[in-house]
Amino acid sequence: MKVLVPVKRVIDYNVKPRVKMDGTGVDLANVKMSMNPFDEIAVEEAIRLREKGVATEVIVVSIGPAKAQETCRTALAMGADRAILVTTDDAVEPLAVAKILKAIADEEQPGLVILGKQAIDDDSNQTGQMLAALMGRPQGTFASKVEVEGDSVTVTREVDGGLETVKLAMPAIVTTDLRLNEPRYASLPNIMKAKSKPLANKTPADYGVDTAPRLETVTVVEPPKRVAGIKVADVDELVAKLKSMGVAA
Amino acid sequence: MKTLVWVEHDSGAIKDATLATVTAAAKLGEVHLIVAGAGVGDVAEAATKIAGVGKVHVADGAVYDHVLPEAVAPMIVELMGHHDAFLAPATANGKNIAPRVAALLDVMQVSEILSVEGEKTFTRPIYAGNAIATVRSTDAKLVVTVRATGFEKAAREGGSGTIEAVSGAGEANGSSFVGAEISKSERPELTSAKIIVSGGRALQNSENFHTIIEPLADKLGAGVGASRAAVDAGYVPNDYQVGQTGKIVAPEVYIAVGISGAIQHLAGMKDSKTIIAINKDEDAPIFQVADIGLVGDLYKIVPELTSKL
Repeated sequence: MKVLVPVKRVIDYNVKPRVKMDGTGVDLANVKMSMNPFDEIAVEEAIRLREKGVATEVIVVSIGPAKAQETCRTALAMGADRAILVTTDDAVEPLAVAKILKAIADEEQPGLVILGKQAIDDDSNQTGQMLAALMGRPQGTFASKVEVEGDSVTVTREVDGGLETVKLAMPAIVTTDLRLNEPRYASLPNIMKAKSKPLANKTPADYGVDTAPRLETVTVVEPPKRVAGIKVADVDELVAKLKSMGVAA
Repeated sequence: MKTLVWVEHDSGAIKDATLATVTAAAKLGEVHLIVAGAGVGDVAEAATKIAGVGKVHVADGAVYDHVLPEAVAPMIVELMGHHDAFLAPATANGKNIAPRVAALLDVMQVSEILSVEGEKTFTRPIYAGNAIATVRSTDAKLVVTVRATGFEKAAREGGSGTIEAVSGAGEANGSSFVGAEISKSERPELTSAKIIVSGGRALQNSENFHTIIEPLADKLGAGVGASRAAVDAGYVPNDYQVGQTGKIVAPEVYIAVGISGAIQHLAGMKDSKTIIAINKDEDAPIFQVADIGLVGDLYKIVPELTSKL
């Protein structure tokens, strides 16, 4: 069984984003970029399935600028087998990404597609569910546990009140939550080895997908800033404050 | 514009997030509702009373139990034949279902809107709330998820909607519900609590959550939250997590105990009316957003605070 894992190049988790002065977006010039953290978890899960003998091949896909090749190489260094890089300089929306992934899934016929539940740049949380819809297949979103057994996969999901478990007929789509696993670091020998792993270069046109955005960004601004308030010296002063706010009797 | 709003309900009660979504939908036009589940007659009845609603579509049947998106999405797509916009609260269910509906309609969804700025124009947070984008949809129909903290709640009473049963039996489409482990708590739910006491990694273990955080929360009638670090370390279950990828909360008072204030955590609570921070590190970023800060040892401060309230 093949496992397909889409990975996105995004601003590094530890970088504080800065809004551009002209209100057109967030300034990404000279900013450290990394693989979306949820996608790292997806790559890790796929590799573990292969190590358990459940999966036979892990294919990663990245859709983005030419530099997304680095993101593919990172996944290959972690242990993915090969990569597909779909290059475009447009900001591709989840719907268009899902359409490209659908075309790739039609070609590759994976048993599972494992995606991060959301990218930490646009925070959309859509692509996996959209891909499932386009493929007409079941989805297990926000997964904290994934178990494959025969033709089905059992997914434990993080939901508002706790956990929920669903059983899905494969092929199925899974999106990862934070506690699914802890992604490994790539070792130096594996980073070297990743450089010679196969990487296919494609464009959205190869899959017949129009990536023109459906959402027009009017402006991007900074959120209203909170100003630091006061510091109280001790608990008594804090209790007095709470009482004056009517929080405590 | 005719809108269709997803009714989020649990054990027969309509959740507050639904009421905020109704308010958002009312800014766009007529508000119709969809109630799905098994044995949801009472929920549908309650939904007709929400102020300002028109038709309440009801999909009642075993196939809709646990509202699995594989069954629910095609049913909503059918209803979207005569609606212009589908709005769901940005809850776990809303986020699970809405994009599936959007893709089937060939619509690019607008996620987690904070405000309605025009017929097809909305604001939404990006980059963990470090930027607010105003976006305009160019699609013929709208699919939107709504961040509940951005909108007032519609009144639960005063409406006179009419119930209309959804035709068709529905299909499970390859997915089945196995089970759930839902946390049971007497405390208020995080997303609707007026006061929240949250603990971070500094709590060190789950025992300290029980003996330090919970007594303070119970004294204040507060909900209990946690930072990602505390959840990852296993001190508390995942549904306690407040942050970019956890729950988004905006209570009257948010008390952050031993939480340093990573941007991902701030993304989930910085719209709280008053933020109180207790941390031993006076340079912790949480103090930059806190209205009231107290620097010191939480193991001394919190029990003292609890006893003096």
